[in-house]
Amino acid sequence: MTVRIVDRRFDSKNKSSVNRSRFIRRFKGQIRKAVSDVIDRRGVRDIENGEKISIPGKDIAEPRFAHGSGGVREIVSPGNDRFNSGEQFDRPQGGSSGQGGGSAGRDGEGLDDFVFTLTRGEFLDIFFDELALPNLVKRQLEHIEQYRRVRAGYTQSGVPTNINLGRTMRDAAGRRISIKGPYSGQMRVLVAELERLQETVADDDPELERVQGAIARLRTKIDALPFIDPFDLRYNNRIRIPQPSTQAVMFCLLDVSGSMDEERKNIAKRFFMLLYLFLTRSYERIEVVFIRHHTVAREVDEDDFFTSRESGGTVVSSALELMRDIIRARYPSGLWNIYGAQASDGDNWNDDSPLCRELLEHSVLPLCQYFAYIEITEGAPQNLWAEYEKLQGTHPGRFAMQNIGTVADIYPVFRELFKRRAQERL
Amino acid sequence: MTKTSISPLPVGSEWSAEAIAEYDEAIGRVAEAYGLDCYPHVLEVISAEQMMDAYASIGMPVYYNHWSFGKHFLATENRYKRGQMGLAYEIVINSNPCVAYLMDENTLPMQALVIAHAAYGHNSFFKGNHLFKQWTSADAIIDYLVFARNYIAQCEERHGFEAVESVLDSCHALLNVGVDRYKRAPKQSLEKETLRLKEREAYVQAQVNDLWRTLPLHSVSEAVREDQRFPPEPEENLLYFVEKNAPLLEPWQREVVRIVRKIGQYFYPQQQTQVMNEGWACFWHYTLLNTLYDEGGLSDGFMLEFLQSHTNVVYQPPYNSPHYSGINPYALGFAMWQDIRRICEHPTAEDRAWFPDIAGSEWRQTFDFAMQNFKDESFIAQYLSPHLMREFRFFSVLDDDLLGKLQIKAIHDDLGYRTLRQQLSEQYNLGSREPNIQVWDVDLRGDRSLTLRHFTHQRQGLHENFDDVLEHLSNLWGFSVRLEQQSLDGTVETIGERKTERRRN
Repeated sequence: MTVRIVDRRFDSKNKSSVNRSRFIRRFKGQIRKAVSDVIDRRGVRDIENGEKISIPGKDIAEPRFAHGSGGVREIVSPGNDRFNSGEQFDRPQGGSSGQGGGSAGRDGEGLDDFVFTLTRGEFLDIFFDELALPNLVKRQLEHIEQYRRVRAGYTQSGVPTNINLGRTMRDAAGRRISIKGPYSGQMRVLVAELERLQETVADDDPELERVQGAIARLRTKIDALPFIDPFDLRYNNRIRIPQPSTQAVMFCLLDVSGSMDEERKNIAKRFFMLLYLFLTRSYERIEVVFIRHHTVAREVDEDDFFTSRESGGTVVSSALELMRDIIRARYPSGLWNIYGAQASDGDNWNDDSPLCRELLEHSVLPLCQYFAYIEITEGAPQNLWAEYEKLQGTHPGRFAMQNIGTVADIYPVFRELFKRRAQERL
Repeated sequence: MTKTSISPLPVGSEWSAEAIAEYDEAIGRVAEAYGLDCYPHVLEVISAEQMMDAYASIGMPVYYNHWSFGKHFLATENRYKRGQMGLAYEIVINSNPCVAYLMDENTLPMQALVIAHAAYGHNSFFKGNHLFKQWTSADAIIDYLVFARNYIAQCEERHGFEAVESVLDSCHALLNVGVDRYKRAPKQSLEKETLRLKEREAYVQAQVNDLWRTLPLHSVSEAVREDQRFPPEPEENLLYFVEKNAPLLEPWQREVVRIVRKIGQYFYPQQQTQVMNEGWACFWHYTLLNTLYDEGGLSDGFMLEFLQSHTNVVYQPPYNSPHYSGINPYALGFAMWQDIRRICEHPTAEDRAWFPDIAGSEWRQTFDFAMQNFKDESFIAQYLSPHLMREFRFFSVLDDDLLGKLQIKAIHDDLGYRTLRQQLSEQYNLGSREPNIQVWDVDLRGDRSLTLRHFTHQRQGLHENFDDVLEHLSNLWGFSVRLEQQSLDGTVETIGERKTERRRN
């Protein structure tokens, strides 16, 4: 008899996934905090990977009745290398020999942090959990300019190309049968009478003529029934249903003037990355346009965007103008969800700042889903901040600005910027 | 056993179904020659991930869903992926037929080792040992687990999974005080369970209602009841007590309590026979494969790989080693069975003095008797020999918190053997390892509060988390729960209390 060998490798994978997701659900609070700590600590570029998470063990401990410390216990251990009966010695520090009846080991482990690995999906889900761009859903529904045509039954009006022949003929046949019904009855009666008269009376009998006349009139009526009546026509119906645009373009506007040092650029870089990551979760396709500027703005590729050094003064409006022109040329607003993210130290030529506000207000913001501005400065807000502040009141939910001091501020600021607002979800 | 030369078994590290079947047949033949009595078995090949799944649900192929299994899964996965631990070679399920899992990452020699260890070693232990015979029903366990999983899934659909989870949490907290230590558990069967489910729900509810009746039926019996204790005898099985008597539980909640209790009970024998069971399985994989080698069926390369794994498994680090984490049950168990065989086959004068009844006896008979009739505690008390105590260099340390210093009570010498053996046996006594907590009293006429009593042993107190456990208990009980502690001198103090007053809506 040979043994039965069952290959189970290909069935019931991920049997624990239910339990796993329940665990994450149950301790979401702790895990979220741990995720936030992790993001503070390290570069954002790794964010796409899964993450080792550690949450306090005592929060997730499963309590049981067990012996505590104290009392009298006697423990047998192996490997005696120096002891003799009756010897006494001091308690070792740390209690390495204090294996409390087998249960202390388990309890000891329970006090440590519980470490486990989140998959990339789980990590990002928690990261983005309450994160949604303001108005995202709302604006998609309100501002639809893309439609898809789908079939929706039949209508009685339409253009000739949409006539549905099958339906039309079926309805015409029905109509003909229903209208012809009574005439056929009368006709059968008349024909029977005609036959009876032809056998009983003479050919020129007026009665015979009357019946023949009636039959002729009835036949004319039946023949007059149209094979197809306009009433029968059925057209394929197609309706337009709104289709949210699944592509987005993200504009990164970075100030590379002399006053932006390496650290500030780093902060800005993380800010862009976080926004990018968020968009990758919301849209199928995303394009990113990098615009950097000092006194003049230029569109560059990603490497140049962060690495090359420039110096000189600052004219912020140049970047906004370039952004507006690129949108007009390449990203018609109906097809693209447009997001703008601007990072600057806020140091701008004084007479340029009002121009920036106007550009934003009249040219850029109307085209954008959302525009975020961060000012990276530890001191008092600069003149650009003061101008932009005026926009905040007039474009709530579409324009946001934040002041960022250090790297550690980014994550909270990011959440602040893109916080899901309860009333907007209604 | 006659040494016949047999045709060599497949070599190399890649396994195939055919090679495994060949090995199984060869091992089975040798096992039969040794007279091992096993359930029929099925080998199931699974992936590492499935092995972790199985780990998380205590080795069971089907189990109900609960976050704590997810937690175990994450912990296992993390340690495994970081290389901090290898997965156990095997998981074997005490069922009929016995199911042994083979992990697909293992090499052919490892698969053979697992087959010998699990499909023949553990399997014969499950079939022979009296605890497993009495307490678990190998024929019904899988069916029962399927029933439990479906039932709990149904409850989740009907009552929401938060409600079910809350009951499960509380039950899990009471798991180690939810087993019958002395009573025998009745046999389970799927049809019976399903058939009697409805009946039982109605019946239990009626019982409970009767207990909590507020309108007295007869005024005479009322007077008798006044001073009647409830429960009449203290009850050690808290989950059983809750299932039968908690006033406010819904029928489905009672059934969930019952399910957790039943499954807990199923695992109880495993906890009591760890040393024996693992030692037995190690002894047999060692013996079976060596016999096959002697017959000429195994290559030297196979033996080297096998011996390396075997040695790792049965290694006992000394107390002062950084790898030390208590006594390795595999090491102690394997050494004890080897030692018993030695006593039977080549007894010394010392062995004859200590073990007059088994020294020089037929080892297979002695083995079967020992395997069938003992658990860890009694097995060690009966069979730990001075020879082995010397080999392990056992010593016993007395730690009394009233004394300033630790004291060496006994070492492996003539004076110490008996103390050591008794002490080590005590160390495997689940009764003294787990705190002794019993249901003491229920205030039937008053606030319906439940009083537990902890009987201290050697002045050992409770771990400070008992408050959380009380919380869980009062969640099930529905009213206040108190915990008293009775010291050796008979004094009783209340050490914890949870005030709850819940009314059924």
